[in-house]
Amino acid sequence: MGEPIITVNQLTMAYGDFLIQRDLNFTINRGDIFIIMGGSGCGKSTLLMHLIGLQPPARGEILYGSRNLWKTNAAERQQIMRRIGVLFQSGALLSSMTLAENIALPIAEFTPLSRTQINRIVSYKLALVGLAGFEDYYPSEISGGMQKRAGLARAMALDPEILYFDEPSAGLDPISAKLLDDLIQSLRDSLGATIVMVTHELPSIFAIGTNSVFLDPETKTAIAAGPPKQLLAESKDPKVIRFLTRDDGSAENLSGSDTALAAGVTP
Amino acid sequence: MKDTTATPRWRIARSGSTDLELALSGDWDADNAAQTDPKTVLAELGQPPGLRCVRLTAADLGRWDSVLMIFLLAVVDRCREEGIEVDGSRLPEGIRALLDLAYAVPERAGARRGTVRTAWLAELGNSALRIRDDAKAFTRFLGEAALSFAALAAGRARFRKVDLWLNIQECGPSAVPIVTLISLLVGLILAFVGAVQLALFGAQIYIADLVALGMLREMGALMTAIIMAGRTGAAFAAQLGTMNVNQEISALRVMGFAPLEFLVLPRMLALILVMPVLCLYANLLGVIGGGMITVGFFDVSLTQYLHRTQEAAHLTDLAVGLAKCTVFGILIALAGCMRGMQCGRSASAVGDAATSAVVTSIVLIVVSDSIITLICDRLGI
Repeated sequence: MGEPIITVNQLTMAYGDFLIQRDLNFTINRGDIFIIMGGSGCGKSTLLMHLIGLQPPARGEILYGSRNLWKTNAAERQQIMRRIGVLFQSGALLSSMTLAENIALPIAEFTPLSRTQINRIVSYKLALVGLAGFEDYYPSEISGGMQKRAGLARAMALDPEILYFDEPSAGLDPISAKLLDDLIQSLRDSLGATIVMVTHELPSIFAIGTNSVFLDPETKTAIAAGPPKQLLAESKDPKVIRFLTRDDGSAENLSGSDTALAAGVTP
Repeated sequence: MKDTTATPRWRIARSGSTDLELALSGDWDADNAAQTDPKTVLAELGQPPGLRCVRLTAADLGRWDSVLMIFLLAVVDRCREEGIEVDGSRLPEGIRALLDLAYAVPERAGARRGTVRTAWLAELGNSALRIRDDAKAFTRFLGEAALSFAALAAGRARFRKVDLWLNIQECGPSAVPIVTLISLLVGLILAFVGAVQLALFGAQIYIADLVALGMLREMGALMTAIIMAGRTGAAFAAQLGTMNVNQEISALRVMGFAPLEFLVLPRMLALILVMPVLCLYANLLGVIGGGMITVGFFDVSLTQYLHRTQEAAHLTDLAVGLAKCTVFGILIALAGCMRGMQCGRSASAVGDAATSAVVTSIVLIVVSDSIITLICDRLGI
C-alpha cells in the first residue's frame, strides 16, 4: 500500500485545437480509491479515456509504474492493459451475448483455464456482484442497475490490479448506489485492487474516496487535489467548496451534514 | 511479486472423526489452474459420513486469484449441501471477505433458466405463426402509413420540410453513381445475351428491341428497386432502429408528434418521389449501355440503333416501368420503416432490423413485380 501505481505528468488533453485540460499532475497510489471530480463538461471522462489507453495525450505522460503508457511498444502496452478493468458508464455489455458469455470472453481469450473452470469463475464473479443465477440472460433483459453490476463483473473477469469506473452510480437509486459503493469498497479491500472513479456523486465521493483531483472547466486545469474530506475542510478555493457543498452554504454549514452522510455510509 | 511459481497444494488433516483441516499452500493463479481440480477434496468430504466441521487455512499461500476462489467455493458449496460447518476464520482477511461477498446475495428464486430446446415440428409451427404475425404487422403498418398520407393530403401532417429535402438528397442524388454503374452494365449484359442468339441469323438490329423493351418494362425498375432496397431501405431501418434504441421515438411521442408522420412520412414521400426519376435515368443508361455493345461489336450503326429503339419502345412500356418502380418505392419505404420501428433495444437488434428490411423489400419487390407483369399480360398492355 502507498506506492505510486499511476503517475500523470504535465498531461495536456485536447481534441484537435480544442483544449480540454492542461498541465495535470497527480499520483495514484496502490490501494487508493481515487476520485476524478469536477463539473459537467470539465473533461473527467476524457481523462479516463487517456488513462485507459483509448485516447493519446496531446502532451505529457502517463506512467504505469515506471512505464510510459503511450511511449512503450505494443506488447508492453498490451501487458499494461491486461492489468486494468473498466466499467463503462452504461455497462457496455456486448448485447448479442449472454452475461456469462460476456464475462467468459476475456477469460477464455487470455488464460489457459478449462471450460468448467471458466464457467465456475463466471458464476463466482456474478455472485460477487449479486447476480447469481443470471448467467443466461441477455443484457437487454435485465435492468440498468443490473447491467452496471454485470459490467463490473466483466471488468473484474481477469482479476485486474486497477479498476476504472465511469460514473458508477449515475442512473441508480440512492440505495443501489450505496450498495455499489459498498461493493466497490469491499472489492478494494479484499482484492487489494486500486480504484479510479469518475464521479460527481457527493455521497460516493465522501463515503469511499481516499484521494482525488478536481478539474475546473474554466481555467482548464486541476485546481485542487487531496482526500475529499480534507478538501472540504481545508480548501480555500470557492469553486471547490461550492462543488463539494452543492452550492448551498458555507463549508461549516454543510461539512456537518456531509460528514454525517459520509459516516452513515462508511461501514 | 515472486518470479518463480510454487505448485498449488492442499493438505488434509483430520482430528477425530468429526473435524477436518484443509490447508492450502503455493501459488493459486491462472497459470497453475490445471492442478486445482477440487474433485479429490470433494470426494474426501463425502466419506466417511459424520464430518461436522471443515477448517480452512492458508498459512503458506503465495499468489492467488479467482482460481483459488472457485476452488474454495466448490468446497464450501459441497459442505453446505452436506450440512457441514465451514470455519474460514483462519483464512486471510481478503479471501474471507470475498467468500462473504459471494454468498451475500442469495440466488434469486426462479432467476436461473436452462436452455430450452424446441422440437423441429414446434419450430416449424412457430415460423408459420411468425409469418402470420408478420403479415398482420405489415397490414397494420400499411394502414397507419395510409392514414398519415391522408393527414398529409388534408394538410395536417406534422413533419419538418427540411427532413423531406434531406431524405430526397439522400435517396436521389447520392444514389446516382451506383445506379449509373449498375444500369449501364445491365444494358450491356442484355445486349450481349441477345446478340449471341440474334447474330446466328443475322438479326443483330433487333438487339435494340430487346434492350429497349427489357430495360423500360422490367430491368430498369427492378435494378433500381434492388439497389434502393439495399441502400436506402436498410438505412431507413438502421436509422429508425437506432432512434428506437435511444428512446428518441418515445421522446417524439411524448412531445405530441406521431412518429409515423414525423419520421416515416418524409422518408416514404422522398423515396416515392425519387424512384421514378431514378428509374427513368436507369432506363436511359441501360439503352446507352446496350448501344455501346451493339454499335461497337455487332456492325449496327448508331442511327440504325436509335431508330430501331424508337420504333420498338412505346410510351406504354415506359409508363409500365415507371408505375412498377413507384410501387417498388412504396414497398421499400414501407418495409424499411416498419422494420426500423419494430426494432428491439440492442445493437444486434438494429443489425437484424436492417437485414430483415432488405430481405422483406426484395421479397415484396419480386412478388409484386410478378403480379404486375401478370396483370399487364392479361390486360394486353
